[in-house]
Amino acid sequence: MPASSQAGIDESTLVAQSREGNTSAFAELVRRYEGKIFRLAQHVTQNREDAEDVLQETFMKAYEHLDQFQGNSKFYTWIVRIAVNQALMKLRRKKTGKTVSLDETIDTGEDTVVREIAAWDENPEQRFSREEMGEILDSAIQSLEPPYRSVFVLRDIEELSTEETADALGLSIPAVKSRLLRARLQLREKLTRQFKRKGEDAFAYL
Amino acid sequence: MLTCKEFLNEVSDYLDEGIDAELKAKLEKHITECPNCWVIFDTMKKTIQIYKGMNPYPIPADVEARLMRALEKKMAAKGD
Repeated sequence: MPASSQAGIDESTLVAQSREGNTSAFAELVRRYEGKIFRLAQHVTQNREDAEDVLQETFMKAYEHLDQFQGNSKFYTWIVRIAVNQALMKLRRKKTGKTVSLDETIDTGEDTVVREIAAWDENPEQRFSREEMGEILDSAIQSLEPPYRSVFVLRDIEELSTEETADALGLSIPAVKSRLLRARLQLREKLTRQFKRKGEDAFAYL
Repeated sequence: MLTCKEFLNEVSDYLDEGIDAELKAKLEKHITECPNCWVIFDTMKKTIQIYKGMNPYPIPADVEARLMRALEKKMAAKGD
């Protein structure tokens, strides 16, 4: 599909045009969000092939069910919800016997354990190459349990609001906040091991 | 006086500025008096910043090409 002259058109117009069967309007919506949806899918599934499937399924479903999009949320939030559902289904199929659900009960009481308390380097980015940095950040996210990971990815990477995240994941606002707190604490802990100011134990993580 | 545990329970909301003024004042007082909580607050803030600054890797061309082909097929089928 060629690059279109629709780059400046606002989202609701594109959605309306897509509904009327304008395929190039829908292609423009895809172009706007494919990168974000692919990244989100990679973070949730932790697997490139699955992420590509999720990407395709998301836009296929969106196209099929465009008439069900109410327009009371943003189009992006709506497709994020589809993408998250598709990604979680992939995870469920892989872990036979162990269900992965966003609704699984999470102990919100005692796991705010903080072990690493150390100030960081002023500019940790300078100590690592771009690639190393990307790997550190990605692997820290991947170590989170899916319910925490999804919330963190939507809030702090995709930069959705608390309300949009709750809406996309079908969670209550307090649930989003408490999972975000746990996710941020765990990531802070992991990154501190990499980024703490050089000292006696600067290479302790090797 | 807040305990460290109470501070930790609020630190994420505090960073998002989602708390009322009274609690905010208590949290601010706590971090001026508790170096450990200050470090946790500061490194959590940096954690969030570092992820927000992460550039989205562009979608690989082959992945995009396959997506567009699949969609074109679907659109053509729907148009029939």
